[in-house]
Order: sequence, then C-alpha cells, then structure tokens
Amino acid sequence: MQIYLPIAEISLDVFLLLGMGGAVGFLSGLFGVGGGFLMTPLLIFIGVSPAVAVASEANQVVAASASGMLAHMRRGNVDFKMGAVLVAGGFAGSSFGVWLYSALRAVGQLDLVISLAYVAFLGIIGTLMLAESVRAVLRRRRPGTQLRKLHQHTWLHGLPLKIRFRKSKLYISALLPLAIGFFVGILSAIMGVGGGFIMVPAMIYLLGMPTATVVGTSLFQIIFVTANVTFLQAVNNQTVDVVLALTLLTGGVIGAQIGGRFAGRLPGEYLRLLLGAFVLFVGALMMFGLVSTPEEIFSVSVGAAR
Amino acid sequence: MRGRGFRILLAAALLFMAPLRGGPAAQELIADLSRHLVAITTGFAGTEVLLFGATEKAGDIIIVVVGPTRREIVRRKARIAGIWVNDAKLAFKDVPSYYGLAASRPIETLLSAAAMRRHGIGIQYLSLNPERQIDDNELAEFRAGFLRYKILNGLFTVRPRDVVFLGKRLFRSSIYFPANVPTGTYTVQVFLVRDGRVVSAQTTPLIIAKVGVGADVYHFAHNSSVLYGIIAIVVALLAGLFAGVVFRKA
Repeated sequence: MQIYLPIAEISLDVFLLLGMGGAVGFLSGLFGVGGGFLMTPLLIFIGVSPAVAVASEANQVVAASASGMLAHMRRGNVDFKMGAVLVAGGFAGSSFGVWLYSALRAVGQLDLVISLAYVAFLGIIGTLMLAESVRAVLRRRRPGTQLRKLHQHTWLHGLPLKIRFRKSKLYISALLPLAIGFFVGILSAIMGVGGGFIMVPAMIYLLGMPTATVVGTSLFQIIFVTANVTFLQAVNNQTVDVVLALTLLTGGVIGAQIGGRFAGRLPGEYLRLLLGAFVLFVGALMMFGLVSTPEEIFSVSVGAAR
Repeated sequence: MRGRGFRILLAAALLFMAPLRGGPAAQELIADLSRHLVAITTGFAGTEVLLFGATEKAGDIIIVVVGPTRREIVRRKARIAGIWVNDAKLAFKDVPSYYGLAASRPIETLLSAAAMRRHGIGIQYLSLNPERQIDDNELAEFRAGFLRYKILNGLFTVRPRDVVFLGKRLFRSSIYFPANVPTGTYTVQVFLVRDGRVVSAQTTPLIIAKVGVGADVYHFAHNSSVLYGIIAIVVALLAGLFAGVVFRKA
C-alpha cells in the first residue's frame, strides 16, 4: 500500500516504512541507542531526499527520546541541572547547525556534507564499538582484576565557570558540557540524529558523570535539541515531513518494545560486536555511494524564482 | 481547507467551459480528456489520463503535454579526491517541469524538423535558456544532462506514446503522470497533421493539484511554518509519551 508523503513529495510503501521503523526500533531497544544514525541513511537509500530525511528524522527522535526519558525519570536517573547546561549548548549548536544546513543547501553541497558526516561518524563509532567489544569478549574469557581510576584530573578541570552538579556528584566547569551540547547540536541539525552515540561517551569519559545518570540526562538534552531542530527546519526549510515521522514512529515504538525484551537475554559484548559491525556496514554503503561512479552526473532541482 | 479543494474544482470547471483556442469553425478536430483535474491524494502513485477525440477527415494526431514552467537548476558532479561532488551548476529559465508526447505514427514521418521546432514538438526542440553566459560545448552538455535526468525520472517523454485510431476518425491516447509529477496547470495540445502540415490544433488545460490531507499538510507547512513546527513537536512529544505510558502497563 503506497502512502504519499506530502513534504518528501514521493510515494512509498507504508509497510516498508513501518518495517524500517520497526527494525531500527528493535535495534534501539536491543542496544539502547537512539537509532537516528541508522534511520537517516536508510531513508536516503530508499529515495527520500537527504534534506527531508534529516529534518523528519529529527522530528521522530523527539518522540523516541520522550518515551525513553520518561522511563529514566521515573527511576530518578536524570540530572536536570546538567541537562539544562547541555540543552543551552545544544540550542546554540543546533541553531548554528540549521543555519549551516540552509547555507549548504543553497550552494548544492548539503547532500555531500550529510553523506560525509555519516561516513566519518559511522566509521569512527563502528570501529570503536568493534574494538571495545572485542576487548570485552577477550576479557570475559580471561578474567582478571582490572581497575580503572575513578577520577582523573586533566587540564579540562582547570577551566573557569565551575558549577556544582549534585546529582552527578561533580564540580566542573560549565564550559565543558556547554561545548559538548553545542557540538552534538550541530550534528543533530546536519545528520538528523539525537547524538546520544557521541554524547554518552563524552559524558562518561570527558565529564566523568556516573553511568546511571548519563543515558537519562542525554535523552533529556536530545528532546529539547531535536525539538529545536524540528522547529527551525520547519520554519527555514519546510523539510519536516510529519507523515513520514509518524509512520516511522509507529513502527519504531513497537520494534523498541520487542527489542527491549530481547536485550536482557543476550550477552552485552556480543550485542555491541553485532551493532558495531552493522554500523560499519551502513557507513561502508554510504561511502560506496560517494566514491562509486554515479549513473548520471547531472542532477536537477527546482530553483527559487528570480 | 475544504474551500481550497472546491476552488480548484471550480477553476477546473471554468477552464473546461472556456472556449478552446485554435481549431477552425468547421471543428476539424475535437478532443477532450477523461478528467481535467488530477488530484494528488495520500494514496497517489502516478496516474493515467485518457485523451479522446475525433477528426473531420482522416489525418494523424500528435499530442503534446507541457507542465508548468519554472526555474530549474542543473548541477554536474565531478570526482574530487575520489569522491563525487557537485562542482558546476547552470540555471535554466522558464523550462517545462513536465513534457509528454504521443503520436499516431513516428513523428519524423509526419512533420519536418522545422515544423516540429515551430510547434514545440519533441524535447530536442525545447528552448532551454541558460541564466548566464556559458560556452557552447558546456551548454550542450548541461542541456543533454538536464534532458537525461528528466527522462530518467519519467517527467519527459522521448519515445512518443501511441495514439490509437478507432476507424478513420475516432482516436484516443493516454497521458501518464508519475508519482513525482509537479503540481500546477498543464496544457494539452492536440495537433491534426495532414500531408506534412499541422492543419488544426486544439489546446485543453489540465490541472494537477494536491488534494486532501496531504495537500493540507503541504500548504500548512509552507504557509504557517511556525505553527507547523510547533505542532510537529507537540505531536511527536505526545506520541512518545503515549507510547511510554502504554508500554509500561503492557
């Protein structure tokens, strides 16, 4: 059954979209990742223009992170003060990101930058995940005592504007979470992702936040930043397809629930190994799209009347 | 929002009733479409419109369908550092967004190249005017690239579709519009050809418009983009929270 997407201006099979939403939702439930970084490339592969894919996916991530945050809030795992600082950085970053997006679109290089960003980030994240999970698998086979220092002092702790974050038991410069929020905000606008895959490791390793509050707090930031991206994309570029976002969401919610049930039954390091391999595969597909000789080197777009 | 749909229908009806341009008083040629409004609804996946008509005396028929003209930007990719990148662009002024063609016989056997050019029959005779000065070789390359892209996307017809005669005087044909068809007012020109000359012609309008929920969403997104953005966020938040609550109980 075909469904006409009013903003993307193409017809796609509604079951294909639901299935994609379900599959990515399943993975996000299984691995505890947002899934935006997988969904946007998939949308591009099936023919949605990168501009619409990125903006609509940001809209879908609002919903996905809202339902995720709810669960973490009930368990008291959200550091609202830290979240607010991350949001402040995120608002600035995503606003700059949307401006950059519009500028790149005007000069015809948006699709290229989106693809390049994906190749770079999927490549890096996939490699890190693979390496980490291989180490974890080896460690599991050869158990030994391995202690990590809880807190290390670096130059990062010498920055001004120190704030106390009680929930996370931290006394650090606000500039650090502001910078992290800003950077993730840019990614959110350009790539249509929540950015959890960057923010979570940054919060653990750069800020030294306790793992328990990291996911809930990052989801809190993601809701506001993707909402800002959705709003700015809708106003500046009219590329947010609500029909597309809602269709993906419907499949995604169901898939995430099923994935969540499976999550407890499989060993974590093997799961991360699988996800890492999958992420690398998607990155390789994007890379292939960039380097392989295109069937047609000319493309046409409608220009604004002059 | 119902008002808009009604206005479109009314406009279509008025256009339909308006006297048709061309065609001598003797009515050497009469043609009409099975419908004058193609509605792009939520389930739209491309459609065909039937064209039928009659001629006074035997002859051949050529049908040209031209979509609304607009400014289109053609970009050319080049390989830079191993990656394919858009590196040159050229904008064409007032080019048809769609070009359909049908004929009862191969057109070259019916009309001379000069006659085809004069009547705008065949995509090779479309006037593609670049917005800036560019050398002839490059212009030809961009023109060819533009045409290939349009053909590839089903918006331009190279090989004419058939016009079938039922007996000597009744004919019919169909025009295909793909799912990605641009909206706007189209003109359907029907030419009656005899002895290498166009002896009669008739022009009929055809409107392609988004109708229904899809149209409402599109217009809303473009006309009230601030409100659209806010609603998109609220809907997503509600959907997310709803899912969170429902599945907690399950």
